[in-house]
Amino acid sequence: MIKHFIGLDIGSTYTKTAVINENKELLQLVFKPTGWNGAETAEQVRQELADKGIDLAEAKIIATGYGRVSVPFAQKCVTEITCHGKGAAFVYGKPNLTIIDIGGQDTKIIQVLDGAVNDFVMNDKCSAGTGRFLEVMAKTLSVDIAQLCDLASQGGNTSISSMCTVFAESEVISLIGRGEKRENIAFAVVDSIVKKVASQAKRMITPGSFLCLTGGLSESQYLLNALSKELRTPIASHPHGRYAGAIGAALLALNL
Amino acid sequence: MSDYQKMWQDLGMDMEQHDMLCQVLPSAVGDVFLSQENRPKSMDFWDLVISEVHGIRPAELIEEQKKGRKVFGTFCVYVPDEVVVAANGIVTGLCGGSQFWVPGGEAVLSKSTCPLIKASVGARLGKTCPFFRIADIYVGETTCDGKKKAYEILGEDVPLYVMDVPQMKRPQDIIKWKDEIATFAKKVEEFTGNKLTVENLNKAIHIINEKRKALARVYNCRKSKCLPISGRDALLMMQISFFDDPERCAKMCNRLADELEERIAKGISVVPEGTKRILVTGTPLAVPNWKLHNIIETSGAAVVCEEMCTGTRYFENLVDETKESLDEQFMALSERYMKTNCACFTPNRGRIDDILRMVEEYQVDGVIDCSLKFCCLYDTEKRAVSQALKAKGVPVLSLETDYTDTDAEQLRTRIGAFIEILNG
Ligand code: SF4
Ligand code: SF4
Repeated sequence: MIKHFIGLDIGSTYTKTAVINENKELLQLVFKPTGWNGAETAEQVRQELADKGIDLAEAKIIATGYGRVSVPFAQKCVTEITCHGKGAAFVYGKPNLTIIDIGGQDTKIIQVLDGAVNDFVMNDKCSAGTGRFLEVMAKTLSVDIAQLCDLASQGGNTSISSMCTVFAESEVISLIGRGEKRENIAFAVVDSIVKKVASQAKRMITPGSFLCLTGGLSESQYLLNALSKELRTPIASHPHGRYAGAIGAALLALNL
Repeated sequence: MSDYQKMWQDLGMDMEQHDMLCQVLPSAVGDVFLSQENRPKSMDFWDLVISEVHGIRPAELIEEQKKGRKVFGTFCVYVPDEVVVAANGIVTGLCGGSQFWVPGGEAVLSKSTCPLIKASVGARLGKTCPFFRIADIYVGETTCDGKKKAYEILGEDVPLYVMDVPQMKRPQDIIKWKDEIATFAKKVEEFTGNKLTVENLNKAIHIINEKRKALARVYNCRKSKCLPISGRDALLMMQISFFDDPERCAKMCNRLADELEERIAKGISVVPEGTKRILVTGTPLAVPNWKLHNIIETSGAAVVCEEMCTGTRYFENLVDETKESLDEQFMALSERYMKTNCACFTPNRGRIDDILRMVEEYQVDGVIDCSLKFCCLYDTEKRAVSQALKAKGVPVLSLETDYTDTDAEQLRTRIGAFIEILNG
């Protein structure tokens, strides 16, 4: 009898793994950087699960995310959009919701109806409005993303006009050169991504929809508040938010 | 393709660059077309033509030129082939569909120009496309702003004639287009040295109508739930039809349609039962732009129709063949051409109605509306397309892309997720 149903979400920055049983109980959540090679990361995950007594040969496995095709032991690949929708609906216990996922490479807005994805939008290939944008800006200010959000909460009154990561970076550098306070620059950076994400999300949100933020950035309370203010709607977050894709994949593995 | 070296040299082509272009094509053809299973046998004709796309047809065109015939290069389905054919001229499409030519176009065009225009200009200036070298005259048209300005650059070193396409479809616009066709006819007579007569124009109208009917027959087969041909193969046939001799094109398409009809009768399908059926709509897909179809069809769905200029807009609606004066014939031409629904017109409700009709006719499960980057017209129209489809409960995915492969994975994710939604 199959005891374990596993979802592997190989994102561009982090790999998330969820293991559930046939009663949809969460048994394991594993989080690690993806590194250069998706296949290598997958192998590390396999090892780690084996150490915890989870035998992959005896499991149903679905891979998702950017690196989904590089998991040799997965029985199926499903896109992260479908998995995210499924996982978030489960985590929040709501069949109808709209998910804002700010990922490393792309930002997705996913509308879920009756527990399944109904519609979605995704930013195009440029990195404006994605985690990458924040990462680049944080680096320019010599802080990490969490610190950037902290700084932003103490700043204000500054803005950057360019949506393009490359141009925005030069803007930030010239703000630094002009002696602008770091708090204010951080504020401008977060404000710019919030506006960009909100404008994408607006097309998908209907009055009364339940909104949630997933992905690594869902842990920043400041970002959450700023986004919620911009959209004039409360936005929920959940400690398992960043595992939504992996959990969704594990749930889909139940049907394999 | 070595036999064509001399021909390419005589055409003044950049041999080194052209060799590079020729090197990438065979593997693309192999990946996209030859790897498919259970293809219709009659596709052998198009496989051959595409494998020597810069050889076979160009050589024919040059032979005809030696007999004194003139070759007209066109960029839009609004330019009436009939007028050229009546005067014993030859029409060839000239739209560029490869990233290979884009940098050459970028060197002289605004950055925010669509890749189709950039590639077309790049193919001319880079001297790497025999069709652009062979054409004796280019015929442009005032459709989108990007093309209008590009023609000014193209016209610097090749004879170029521009037709003034109306922007609206009121009765006076149809008359205006008729007059514009009449003026074009004068230019064609002058350039070819041949007079247009009621007889030769009616004969040309008949030839092009027969070509349209043959293309329509192939498309008709794609309406069947038992799908006898892949979207990729149908697209290839459609793209080549812009370059081929119209009578041979009709013959080959009819031969293909015979086989497809037989396949349907026998229940031979290229995809498993239940495969989701996609209508693709948007900007044209010029050769060798197969990216979208390839991603869709390797993600588990099938393309059953293209509401595009490289698709239904090319063959739908026939020209009345019963007119008895040139003036009436020009009017009949105008009436037919003005039924083509392009986003350059305003308003353009007709395109939405076409899409809704085709969703029914082709038994479509979902629509992918895809425009080329920097095509403001089709991009803006996505909103109306998506609203109309959603109101009817038809799932729709809007995309924007260019000729590069850098967004292939992103497209694969979006298209994959869309197909997962359709599969429920
Ligand atoms: S999309 Fe419009 S401008 Fe382009 S070929 Fe078609 S009709 Fe002409
Ligand atoms: S795709 Fe759009 S911008 Fe490009 S040539 Fe056609 S109408 Fe013009």
